Amino acid sequence: MSITLEDAVALITLEADMLDHGDFHDWLKLYTPDGRYVVPIDPNAEDFEKVLNYAYDDAEMREKRVVRLLSGRSISAAPPARTVRLLSRYRMMDSSETSCTLRCAQMLQELRQGRVHDYAANLNYRLEMTNDGLKIALKVVRLLISTEALTAVSYIL
Amino acid sequence: MLNLPDPKRLLGEDRADGSIYSDPDLYDMEMDRIFMHNWIWVAHKSDLPEPGDFITTFVGSHPVIVSRDRKGAVHVMLNRCRHRAATVCELKHGKTASFVCPYHGWAYGLDGALRGVPHQDGYTGQLDKSKLPLVALRVEEYNGLIFATFDKEIMSLDAWLGRAKPWIDLFMKQGAGWPVKTMGEHKFTFPGNWKIQLENTTDAYHFPIVHKSFLDSVDQETQNTFDFVGGAGFVEDLGHGHSVMVMIPELVDLDEGLDAPIPERFTELATELAKDYPDEQVRKIVRAVGGSGFNLNLFPNLACSMAFFRVLRPLSVMETEIRHIAIGMDGGPDIANEVRLRLHEHFQGPMGFGTPDDAEAWDRVQRGSLAGKDISILLNRGIGHEAQREDGNLFSDVSAETGMRAAYKQWLVAMTEEVGE
Ligand code: FES
Ligand SMILES: [Fe+2]
Repeated sequence: MSITLEDAVALITLEADMLDHGDFHDWLKLYTPDGRYVVPIDPNAEDFEKVLNYAYDDAEMREKRVVRLLSGRSISAAPPARTVRLLSRYRMMDSSETSCTLRCAQMLQELRQGRVHDYAANLNYRLEMTNDGLKIALKVVRLLISTEALTAVSYIL
Repeated sequence: MLNLPDPKRLLGEDRADGSIYSDPDLYDMEMDRIFMHNWIWVAHKSDLPEPGDFITTFVGSHPVIVSRDRKGAVHVMLNRCRHRAATVCELKHGKTASFVCPYHGWAYGLDGALRGVPHQDGYTGQLDKSKLPLVALRVEEYNGLIFATFDKEIMSLDAWLGRAKPWIDLFMKQGAGWPVKTMGEHKFTFPGNWKIQLENTTDAYHFPIVHKSFLDSVDQETQNTFDFVGGAGFVEDLGHGHSVMVMIPELVDLDEGLDAPIPERFTELATELAKDYPDEQVRKIVRAVGGSGFNLNLFPNLACSMAFFRVLRPLSVMETEIRHIAIGMDGGPDIANEVRLRLHEHFQGPMGFGTPDDAEAWDRVQRGSLAGKDISILLNRGIGHEAQREDGNLFSDVSAETGMRAAYKQWLVAMTEEVGE
């Protein structure tokens, strides 16, 4: 049986909840060992390794990012920004027994230092079925304003 | 004009009044006297390599087009139609034979000449196209760096860069024998005055404090390399507001020290490169990938900062846009350029492990500076042991505020000079 939309949505909703609530160590476990978390700049980029991105994280970089956010040693993350995000507009692009591609929208609001920022994004997920259940093999966060000037983002989109 | 702030009263040898970050009248003066009467960096030559290539950017608050004409000459022109002022181009970059204004269709060449006017007979002979090109700025180039200015009188770019030129040449050795090219950028704003950022590029003092979490994320060898405060580096005033801060003296000249052991974080890259390149060239490429050991601060808007270009643009008195432009080897090995991209992503930009902490510090400077009145910002670090080189350059230890003093000296010159008519 192909991976269902329901199972896929359950996983990425869990991810969103963990990120908003600072459960970063658990978040790391949602990815496959060679999974990637990518925030590209170029809206058309596909070959992320060859271009400059905002973030292009393999397992090692994801772990470092988490350590940094929780260390209390980064002034932009101490205290961390608070975020609330909503995912919606899910569409399964393709699905098999072993993997699926899912697209959806994310609206995120951030509060830090008394200032609110909004970030809308299209999310593209590649999910893979493993012995440990469904995992994230690729998450691409295509920010609506990726080609404009951002402000510092010391959290995980 | 009455009531203009008096810059002389705001700046001392070793301090500045906190209002320099927040006085809107002072800001208006800066946008005129500094950003319209100095050489402002607009592009790297690799941004427009071929005839017909163009980018749009800003000189101070003025939108401009930077284009390369058929003969290869670079033009910087106001992005403003001579008819009724519409911007003629809103693309960030591209390739074209002409710029056609979308409003009434006036068409300009790559050199800005007005070529076509629809229904020109409606002007019954009262429109001289030759008198209505896009307004051109002066353009000059040094070692791939393209600068423009509104001012027809100021000294040549060559003279303006002066003693900074040898440092630009050293910085460009990051091409490892290939030309340097830009490879994309991180762009972000922070809610603070542009001079806070100008200071930061020549501030080694903050590094071990602000960048603790970055240092935690790299190996011990790299941590040692970045442990430069109190080390043998220095800051040197190069004249005209330019300064260099040498943090890692061994990495000043990338053509030297090729026998030095390859840092562990680059061994994988070196092994890969060794399949295609002789040992000496592998070492040269790897050294270049690591970047230069210094920040060259060019007044007022560009820094050649270790391994990237830092470009600032004031948006308002308390808002500044920063671009961190990645650079690489034009024609060099992809795997080496990709390592450079990953290093850039690691530290720079709004989601890097370094920049957000810098931005937080600048933000705090802005907000803190609004507390109280008539309180100085101190610029006196390292002044007690500042000395002079044979060529007259002032220098002090790596964490000295010599570079900031250099920039503010030039700031005062620009702000108090008699300008124009
Ligand atoms: S404003 Fe450009 S053609 Fe009229
Ligand atoms: Fe910094």
